[in-house]
Amino acid sequence: MDTLNLLADGLQSAFTLENLMYAAIGVLLGTFVGVLPGIGPAMAVALLLPITSGLDVTQSMIIFAGIYYGGMYGGSTTSILLNTPGESASVMTAIEGNKMAKRGRAAQALATAAIGSFIAGTIGTLLVAFFTPALAGQAVKVGAPSYFAIMLLSLVLVTSVLGASRLRGFIGLFMGLTIGLVGLDLSTGQARLTGGSLELADGIGIVVVAVGVFALGEALWTAAHLRRKPVDVIPVGRPFMGRDDWGRSWKPWLRGTALGFPFGAVPAGGAETPTFLSYITERKLAKPDAGFGEGAIEGVAGPEAANNASAAGMFVPLLALGLPVTATASILLAALTSYGIVPGPTLMTDQPDLVWTLLASLLIGNTLLLLINLPLAPLWARLLRIPRPQLYAGILFFASLGAYSVNQDPFDLALLLAFGLLGFAIRRFGIPVLPLILGVILGPLMEVKLREALDLSGGDISGLFNEPLAILCYVLIVLVLVAPIVLRRFGTPAQVLEEKETVR
Amino acid sequence: MTVVVGYIPDKYGEAALNAGIEEARRRGTGLVVVNATKGDALVDRRYVGEEGLAELESRLAGLDVGHEVRQAMGADVADEVLRVVDDTEAQVLVIGIRHRSPVGKMIMGSVAQQVLLDAPCPVLAVKPPG
Repeated sequence: MDTLNLLADGLQSAFTLENLMYAAIGVLLGTFVGVLPGIGPAMAVALLLPITSGLDVTQSMIIFAGIYYGGMYGGSTTSILLNTPGESASVMTAIEGNKMAKRGRAAQALATAAIGSFIAGTIGTLLVAFFTPALAGQAVKVGAPSYFAIMLLSLVLVTSVLGASRLRGFIGLFMGLTIGLVGLDLSTGQARLTGGSLELADGIGIVVVAVGVFALGEALWTAAHLRRKPVDVIPVGRPFMGRDDWGRSWKPWLRGTALGFPFGAVPAGGAETPTFLSYITERKLAKPDAGFGEGAIEGVAGPEAANNASAAGMFVPLLALGLPVTATASILLAALTSYGIVPGPTLMTDQPDLVWTLLASLLIGNTLLLLINLPLAPLWARLLRIPRPQLYAGILFFASLGAYSVNQDPFDLALLLAFGLLGFAIRRFGIPVLPLILGVILGPLMEVKLREALDLSGGDISGLFNEPLAILCYVLIVLVLVAPIVLRRFGTPAQVLEEKETVR
Repeated sequence: MTVVVGYIPDKYGEAALNAGIEEARRRGTGLVVVNATKGDALVDRRYVGEEGLAELESRLAGLDVGHEVRQAMGADVADEVLRVVDDTEAQVLVIGIRHRSPVGKMIMGSVAQQVLLDAPCPVLAVKPPG
């Protein structure tokens, strides 16, 4: 009951007119960026990071959380109406959703996506509220060696499990770690990788890296592929569902939530795997007359719920351990750090007001999302007519403004351009962006923990292995790295292959 | 020797198409329908989609004039239309025109105006009825 009381307190402080306004701004902005392909919540949060620095930490967190949930929801609109998923988590929604829309059931598809997102997001947020304190309570007891091992494990997982190519993943990761190394060594004061430049001695601001890689990189990439054949959009009215649709949707919503939340909470879970699993599950469980493959509502309801539940799950490791598992989470972490707040197990005890208000505002944001988006769906579809040059000119403006405003130093603009080119290059060569950005953010944190652990053991390497949890993590890392090689030798199970092909 | 029609899927395009069909019959020539886009937005209502294209083709197939539908993508829609005019050595180009507000004229260039001024052949500008 304690949790409920704390959450009620959080709701009370979140329910000011001002905070509601920020939640609404966040949700609208999130849906905006979610609808537009190529622009995700990570980019939006990175762009807003410097702009929100005038607000206090709770309010900017409310905006960011709104953007995150809104972005997750917005992606479903394009999936359904255009068959063009706005972000990777909506790929599964597009399969049945677009077919429903083509058969004139776009309104129902959008409605089940919105209501499913709302239900999954609400349940997910409540689960976060219940799990996080317990996990944080345990995490306080975890020592530096285990902490280092956990971070290493999450980096290895993100890099090797997600994405098609492990080589590309590790290239991204090491680029990120290298960027994270630039600056003064914290314990010896030695300049590293600065090339003698004084401006680099403070390290590279995470805002500049994130904005460069996400916003500038995407803008350059789009400029290189400016003209593309327009796609057909399916006209839509106000979303609604009939009694039959409700009956067919509520079970997939709950199953999707159950699948999505745990995957969101672990590194490398992401939203892609649970949405895929949810789609498979619903297809297996559906009655033969449900019409899977021709636009079954279950195939939209399940993955959309899984998608938003995993978005909620992300907050568990972020709030309890200070461990980001998605690109958006890592930028949220950077935002917290910029307010001088130390993320980690102590966050729950140091900043209880912040955490509970944030969780409460997630609930509020979720409700707003439903209230705002159901009537606005036709308007969101109109966004797709914005010409790319105008859109990206706006993004570039905000990107430059943001990068400059942090230190008011023109040097940052040059850095921004450099990272923009890096962002373009990694898109060109198919290097995933998540390991890179996690490397930039987790690298320095890992270094601190590594130093701490080695200081405790007097520089003895065995100091890294003296906790059972640390050893468990190392075993898992070895398994993750070795298992695929062994499995490949014995061949992939035929059944899994078959599933993947039919879904594609 | 053909009649070229600048077509968009709305009432202005329809007016141009109907006038173009009349013109082709009168002159006893073929008909080339052009639909162009800048291709810089994800969705362009003035670009004929797959379904619309099939519909247009079947409508033209029921007529007694030879026809062809071309779609083009480029930085300037007027240039794309005029390129087809050059390609087909058109006798006449048919376009639909509409009222523009002064502000609209200032902000957005007019494809129709550019076509009228730059076309090497006579241009027939029509308005939708009513």
